[in-house]
Amino acid sequence: MADNKKIEIFTNILQRNDQIAELTQMQMTEQGLLSINVMGAPGAGKTSVILSLIKEMTEMKAYVIEGDIESDIDTKKLREQGIETIQINTHGACHLDAPTLAAALQDLRPLQEGVIFIENIGNLVCPAEFQIGEHIKMLVVTVTEGSDKPYKYPLAFEKADIIILNKIDLLPYVDFDENYFMAGVRGLNPEVLVAKVTAKQNMGIKEVAKWIENKTTLISQELYL
Amino acid sequence: MHEYPITCEIIGIAEDYVRRYGAQEVLQINLVIGEDSGFIGDSIEMYFEVIAKGTLCERAHIEIEYIKPLLKCVGCHKLFERTSASFTCPLCHQIGRPTARGKEFYIKSIEVDL
Ligand SMILES: Nc1nc2c(ncn2[C@@H]2O[C@H](COP(=O)(O)OP(=O)(O)O)[C@@H](O)[C@H]2O)c(=O)[nH]1
Ligand SMILES: [Mg+2]
Ligand SMILES: [Zn+2]
Repeated sequence: MADNKKIEIFTNILQRNDQIAELTQMQMTEQGLLSINVMGAPGAGKTSVILSLIKEMTEMKAYVIEGDIESDIDTKKLREQGIETIQINTHGACHLDAPTLAAALQDLRPLQEGVIFIENIGNLVCPAEFQIGEHIKMLVVTVTEGSDKPYKYPLAFEKADIIILNKIDLLPYVDFDENYFMAGVRGLNPEVLVAKVTAKQNMGIKEVAKWIENKTTLISQELYL
Repeated sequence: MHEYPITCEIIGIAEDYVRRYGAQEVLQINLVIGEDSGFIGDSIEMYFEVIAKGTLCERAHIEIEYIKPLLKCVGCHKLFERTSASFTCPLCHQIGRPTARGKEFYIKSIEVDL
């Protein structure tokens, strides 16, 4: 009978993912590309928000990486608008991870400075747990999802750098309690910008575009390094 | 669902240490999982049974220590467990902010045959 030897290792299980994420983020910074990890439930309006933001930011080169479990419907929609888009199909995986994004970037080879939107898998839980190489986490939520979401999915709200509250046009038809929602958001993330948006009508998009443009200036000054 | 690749990662890390220490196999893996980490211990154990076959972890047992998340009150600075629909401090009724406590997800130690 051999002896049991206990080795204390205290090893972060996500360390390999996080190392690749850091590397990706550094490469993006060097290229002058601001990378935005767009997260939210299926149907929240991630693609719609990305589209209207790109239309608003005419001065800036924009790339998109579309994460979906299957299909390339959103990618087609974006390419029809002349936007350089790469499709990632995770075939069942519930989130994008750093190695998957790194591989997709090899294909896209973004050359110009600007911004790259990475639409994560529609899911309010898993994407929040994985760094992928983003500078910014953008969370898209809607008034139709109900005001209790910060309490039910705290991690996504805690980690977001900007929260888009989308489908404001539907407020009259739902029982969304904005005070309760904001109390939850502020508890988790006191400083975060919460932008009220109706992506379908481009309402509120200007403010978000300004915020992003300001962040890209920071990138070009390499403040993120 | 995402515990599958994570379990592969755990096995990879443990095998690495077995080789580094010149041991034959892993006998136990001691994990620490915060209940707000987003990772489910039961799923890891389920995948482990399947994935560990044929690896240096084949006969290893997984031991999981769970950690309850704590919020920190902005008023009285006490740490407390949250209730389901509020972040309010039970002592002074001010708001509690998230802390790192409850987000742990790491391998604390492994036990090998030496
Ligand atoms: N009423 C309303 N519908 C919207 C808005 N933004 C997006 N939608 C609709 O919501 C559905 C899902 O949008 P999509 O952008 O594909 O969501 P994704 O799954 O998060 O990418 C589509 O039918 C959109 O037209 C909005 O601001 N108001
Ligand atoms: Mg979409
Ligand atoms: Zn208190």
